[in-house]
Amino acid sequence: MIPGYAGKFLEVDLFTKNIKETTFSDDILKDYIGGRGLAAKILWDRLGSKWSEIDPLEPENILLFLTGPLTGFFPGGRICVSGKSPQSNGVVGSTVAGEFGVELKCAGYDGIMVSGASEEPVYLFVKDSEVEIRKANHIWGEDAKQTISKITKESRELLRKRFPRKGEWKEPSILYIGPAGENKVRTAVVAAKWTHAAGYGGYGAVMGSKKLKAIAVKGTGPLPEVADMNSVKRLMQNVCKDVYESELWRRWGTGAAGYEVGAKTSSEPVRNWQEEWHDEKSFGVDQFENRVWIKPYWGDFGCPTTCLKIAVVKTGKFKGAITDNPDYELQAYLGPNLGIFTPEENVFLASLIDDLGLCGIQTGNVLGFAAELFQRGILTREDLDGLELSWGKAEAFATLARKIAFREGIGNLLAEGTYRAALKIGEMKKKDVLVYAVQSKGIAIGAHGIRSGKDYPETYSYACSVQGGDHTSTACFPLHDFRSELMMTFNDSAVYCYFNIFGVPRNLKFEFYKAVTGIELTQEEWLNPKALRILQLQRAMLLLGGPDLKWNPKTHDANPPRFYEPLPSGPYKGRTVDKADVEKEIANYYEAVGWDENGIPKTEVLRKLGLNDVDKALEKLH
Amino acid sequence: MTAKREPIWIARELSKCSGCRKCEIACSLFHEKRIWPEASRIRVFMLVPGLDFPHFCTQCEDYPCVEACPTKALSVSKETGAVLVDKDKCIGCGQCIDACPGRIPHMHPTENYVLICDLCKGNPQCVKVCREGGWNVLTKVVRKEQAYKLYARKPEEITRDLAIKIYGEQGEKLL
Ligand code: SF4
Ligand code: SF4
Ligand code: SF4
Repeated sequence: MIPGYAGKFLEVDLFTKNIKETTFSDDILKDYIGGRGLAAKILWDRLGSKWSEIDPLEPENILLFLTGPLTGFFPGGRICVSGKSPQSNGVVGSTVAGEFGVELKCAGYDGIMVSGASEEPVYLFVKDSEVEIRKANHIWGEDAKQTISKITKESRELLRKRFPRKGEWKEPSILYIGPAGENKVRTAVVAAKWTHAAGYGGYGAVMGSKKLKAIAVKGTGPLPEVADMNSVKRLMQNVCKDVYESELWRRWGTGAAGYEVGAKTSSEPVRNWQEEWHDEKSFGVDQFENRVWIKPYWGDFGCPTTCLKIAVVKTGKFKGAITDNPDYELQAYLGPNLGIFTPEENVFLASLIDDLGLCGIQTGNVLGFAAELFQRGILTREDLDGLELSWGKAEAFATLARKIAFREGIGNLLAEGTYRAALKIGEMKKKDVLVYAVQSKGIAIGAHGIRSGKDYPETYSYACSVQGGDHTSTACFPLHDFRSELMMTFNDSAVYCYFNIFGVPRNLKFEFYKAVTGIELTQEEWLNPKALRILQLQRAMLLLGGPDLKWNPKTHDANPPRFYEPLPSGPYKGRTVDKADVEKEIANYYEAVGWDENGIPKTEVLRKLGLNDVDKALEKLH
Repeated sequence: MTAKREPIWIARELSKCSGCRKCEIACSLFHEKRIWPEASRIRVFMLVPGLDFPHFCTQCEDYPCVEACPTKALSVSKETGAVLVDKDKCIGCGQCIDACPGRIPHMHPTENYVLICDLCKGNPQCVKVCREGGWNVLTKVVRKEQAYKLYARKPEEITRDLAIKIYGEQGEKLL
């Protein structure tokens, strides 16, 4: 057994209620590590042969919760959620911070694989090797805050009864869905705590389709043995020391960006990306810090950064709203993107999005999209069930968010996410509204634009990523760049928070991997063959797609049309990206990662990586 | 450890806790040589998100746990003031837990004895990491004649107080 792993995985079939333990060979774990990499492998092996026919929201889909060998050791605990994505029909490795992964390893498991669907709402309760499927009828329909509160109480009572002499039980770690997930909204998250969310991919909807309200885990064992504890301790300290140097990163987290990415780099979504610049000082980090942040630091297991804050609105119309920062993505998407520029309104919307179990990015994107259609008179008040969806109207956006979560009226259509909603509205209105959809392959683009050229994504990053618009998985050159999705795949496969690699020497993560597992891994070896192999699997499943939508690289490896409009305002007014240049870059990227001119992984590349079956499956795309 | 030992206390400002759980990591590494949150003598509770706080012995002036122990497995260190557990004498009956106003002691997850903070022989590991990171929830101070026992409170009670301090009126709804 490789050190750093608990050594077994839980497999739960919610239809037959069968629960069993399973393992993967050392060779598989060496190649795919855990988290995102292992998710791609498991999904390919189990669903690959019928991939295009599998509806992500039907019981055949497999929902994965996977740790990695570094989870719990590398500062900043996370867990990776995956499965066939109801957004892209491919595979997204979506990670969420918290103690869940640590707790799971302490319970003796490296991951949980959930298949089938329950008839009744249930939640999974794991106490070390005791695993049970419990009824959740009394929690179904509850918002985030009530869900956490009920499951925490119930679990602690259960533990107290079973182990009366133990003393006080700490709460279990919980992953859960809100009403949006229950209603299979494609922009629903798998959540932890407040606003901690595995958002990209839409796995909240998958969890809802399985009638799985939550998973609660209490693990009482130690984290697994490691190969070299002294080195692990030293490396943990090194990471922390470096991170402690970045005072502002710790103090502000990404919460300074709601103003700065607009005002300075001019790459923030403003009114559905019609602009990417604003200079609204009312949205400055000082406003958040002085008016709504009530904790200077909030974080998760072992984290030196503790970039979260906890924001509370204590007076006025939005009194009682609670969320974390919001972080930059939620600041942007539930702020300027909707024409909103005050912390209170932003916190109010973030808090609501949390309660409903929606993704702030995907939902903020579809809300902005709808508001632009209203601005242009394409969607009328009647279409919007009487809503006046004007920019800046926080309460109107809140009403629409609720409609989305409960699939009421127009909300039912928007609950399909920006891309699918655009197709339907296009049909309804006999108009191409895809031109206003800022997304890539069914996944709304993260709040970092490419037109000013001042932000980190490249002009082809979203077009080529195997995770669509995911701003934490951007395609770029050189392949060993820390922003490149091949490198990001390491963080998401070893499973820890990649915010803790900023300011830390590049190679430290591989040293860390060796200290934990005893396995030598160089950056070169990681990139090729390991990361490249994971990339090909993800690319293959993305292109096989289906059943409702399929992607053709010729049309869909592309930027949203909006990114070719010149920026209308700000210091980079007039800037845009050149389509011909982007196409050249895309072709170069294809070449670098072994895809042919049509964007399909090449036979010889796949064979060299030992992916002959993938090659065979892709034949039909040629 | 050559430093002169004197009774100490760990002052605690719970509402500032970041929930980083580095204290649990440090404590379990020191005492168990493993990262083992459930075997840490200091445990971070989060019954409501955002209301994370460390729960550990406050060394009550009258040490009710020591009094309650039927096998005399607990004693008070003259040097630091900490409660010391004699693993061999402890029978895991849980009477110290019931005697503690904060129900702070807890059973070792795999062994049959109770876990109580031993102040790391006067050099508290949890304080060190909490201060290194600048959270400063924990501070080592010289023990004087003060009412330390006030800090022995149950997780629910602490959560209730923090909910009101941090979330205000809304806090009540979250409990
Ligand atoms: S180290 Fe300090 S801030 Fe971190 S969890 Fe412990 S008490 Fe809280
Ligand atoms: S806090 Fe509890 S464990 Fe500590 S001395 Fe008081 S009674 Fe004993
Ligand atoms: S002083 Fe030592 S034993 Fe007590 S909680 Fe802190 S680290 Fe643990």
